[in-house]
Amino acid sequence: MSDTHAESVAFVRDTMIPEQAPPASEAGAVKWVRSNLFPDWLNAILTIVALYLIARLVIGAFPWFANGIWNASSLSECREILDGATGGCFAVLAERWNQLLFGFQYPSTEYWRPALAFVLLAVAAAPLLFWMYLPSRLLVLTALYPFVAYWLLWGGTILTPAVAALGFVVAYLVFARIERRSFALALGAAVVAAVATWFLGGLLVDALPRVLALPEVASRNMGGFMLNFILGVVCVSLSLPIGILLALGRQSKMPIIKWICVVFIEFIRGVPLITLLFVANVVLAYFFPPETNIDLILRVIIMITAFASAYIAEVIRGGLAALPKGQYEAADSLGLDYPQAMRLIIMPQALKISIPGIVNVAVGLFKDTTLVSIISMFDLVGMIRGPILASTEWNGVYWELWGFAILMFFPVCYAISKYSQWLERQLATDHR
Amino acid sequence: MKKSVFLGALTVAGLAAGASAAATLDDVKARGTLNCGVAPGLVGFAAPNAEGEWEGFDVSVCRAVAAAVLGDPTAVEFVPTTGKTRFTALASGEIDMLARNTTWTFSRDVDLKFEFAGVNYYDGQGFMIPRELGISSAKELDGATVCIQTGTTTELNLADYFRANNISYEPVPIETNAEAQPLYLEGACDVYTTDASGLAATRASFENPGDHVILPEIISKEPLGPLVRHGDNDWGDIVRWTLNALIAAEEYGVTSANVDDLAEGTDNPEVNRLLGTEGNLGEMMGLDADWAVRAIKANGNYGEIFEQNIGESTPIGLSRGLNAQWTEGGLLYSPPFR
Repeated sequence: MSDTHAESVAFVRDTMIPEQAPPASEAGAVKWVRSNLFPDWLNAILTIVALYLIARLVIGAFPWFANGIWNASSLSECREILDGATGGCFAVLAERWNQLLFGFQYPSTEYWRPALAFVLLAVAAAPLLFWMYLPSRLLVLTALYPFVAYWLLWGGTILTPAVAALGFVVAYLVFARIERRSFALALGAAVVAAVATWFLGGLLVDALPRVLALPEVASRNMGGFMLNFILGVVCVSLSLPIGILLALGRQSKMPIIKWICVVFIEFIRGVPLITLLFVANVVLAYFFPPETNIDLILRVIIMITAFASAYIAEVIRGGLAALPKGQYEAADSLGLDYPQAMRLIIMPQALKISIPGIVNVAVGLFKDTTLVSIISMFDLVGMIRGPILASTEWNGVYWELWGFAILMFFPVCYAISKYSQWLERQLATDHR
Repeated sequence: MKKSVFLGALTVAGLAAGASAAATLDDVKARGTLNCGVAPGLVGFAAPNAEGEWEGFDVSVCRAVAAAVLGDPTAVEFVPTTGKTRFTALASGEIDMLARNTTWTFSRDVDLKFEFAGVNYYDGQGFMIPRELGISSAKELDGATVCIQTGTTTELNLADYFRANNISYEPVPIETNAEAQPLYLEGACDVYTTDASGLAATRASFENPGDHVILPEIISKEPLGPLVRHGDNDWGDIVRWTLNALIAAEEYGVTSANVDDLAEGTDNPEVNRLLGTEGNLGEMMGLDADWAVRAIKANGNYGEIFEQNIGESTPIGLSRGLNAQWTEGGLLYSPPFR
């Protein structure tokens, strides 16, 4: 700087001033509150109204939780203890939690089995859900899980699920040996091998019914949230592959396969689930002699799976339709045959597009499992509506029980939804 | 192999179904358990307790039949049925008998092809309203909203009664008694109507039972009883006379406490015939002589069952009313054991 302006300018800054903190009104909580809660008059009023309502809700609900009675033997005893004060009667949960979780007929000494099966489900599902982070060898655990879970939940000798698993292994080995010669022949041979294994294994099971046997629990004794969970997990995992096959079948150029798939999908989608459940419960019994009742749970699983498969098939068909024709042509031009093209090119893309729809169906299906309470199965809702509210002790307890049901269902559905969003981000290869 | 049995059975399904329907007693004995249809939950009549064991007034009938036939009151497979599934369950052979407070009506007996084994509870349809409405008679209910269970006779009775009295109402359909309670308390309907026993049980569970009144009108006859399929009269006889044995036992003063002593032989020939020390009544039904002793020992006689489950000492607090013995002004009247 020269002193050219030394007379005209009193002060010239020659260093940068350090960065200042923003004004108090433009930073931190105050800024957040201003811009989010009180940006203008309308929003300010809405905020105040909302705060008032939330305060009312909390003030109103707090004593209900705080005064809650956890230790009483009946609703009238709860009311006596409360003596007119507001308070929940959570004693019903303390007394009947096991019935809400496992149903009222599952032997209480065996509760560890469904609990263990539940924990193992997490272990078995992890390699499938997070396959990109875990070695693919762990998928063996997933494959073994259905058999272990069956053994844990239903009991009996371990040979039954072991033989069932063995049948699949034998079928796979046979299939792998013959596949190169002819796909259809290999498939037929695999089926024959599996049936033969099961038949011979069945003789073995009949001969040795007590090998590593857990006490047997009949299907009709399953209940509570466990039943919802079994139905949900089994039906979702079965309906996904069946749905894929139906979706592909519907696009097939072979008329018989195409029409079978179309008729199945359209028929099942045209009928309410509750109707199918009534058919499973009531009408099917007319067609079988009294001695040969197929397990009710099995009947219900078949019906719910059929229902969910039809919906998933349509969701996946949407994914297939969204793929540009060029993808199919690209697969053809590489000389891939149909299964290879589907497996390597088409399905990975179509399934990725379909994720939100599939998750939508899965969450809906999981909640729809409560419909079985209408056909007097004692799932979580059935337990609440039937036995617990009909007991002389707890007749009249509502909020506590339904609140418990929310606590059971919400985390599961929310977790499924979060997982699917995460999966979508993981699979995102475009640059939107 | 179970599978091959199943497939074989499928092929002869028609034959097997026709043959097995004729001898329920043999089926039950071969199976070792009685399949008994009950309500999935009805206060005092059928509900599992905290240990998961079924209890209640209707349940006791199942247990008495199981004790008479199989000698074990716990050898019962309780099949929960709803108002809509109960008749198909019985007709299809899924259950051997239905004890689910089912009203004995002409069409159910004749048209649906069932056989009512008797009446174990004489009920009637009533109305409950909040006291603050200040209504004292059902005839003043013009324009009321009424909570009513669907698929039951109460629905039809209500329509008949209001039409006969030329007053209007608006029905609020509900599925179970458990659903009706919060709806009624929240004021979704002015009136709740169901069997008087159900009203009493519902009112007993309210925080302030005194705020609600049960109107004096009983608008229907609801004889509730166990039923079996048409076509197997032997089995129907067993259920009918087991129920009669419980009723007669109360009349003659046979209780679960003294039945063992009385079964040694008494001066009363009717009691002796009932308990099998005289005559061969059990044999005539295809059972042994002690059948009634076991049935009574299972849960006690009719009066004991009533007191345990729905009587005045329970929270439900029903009085005997029509369900007293005929000697005490009620309707219970067992035909003689002879």
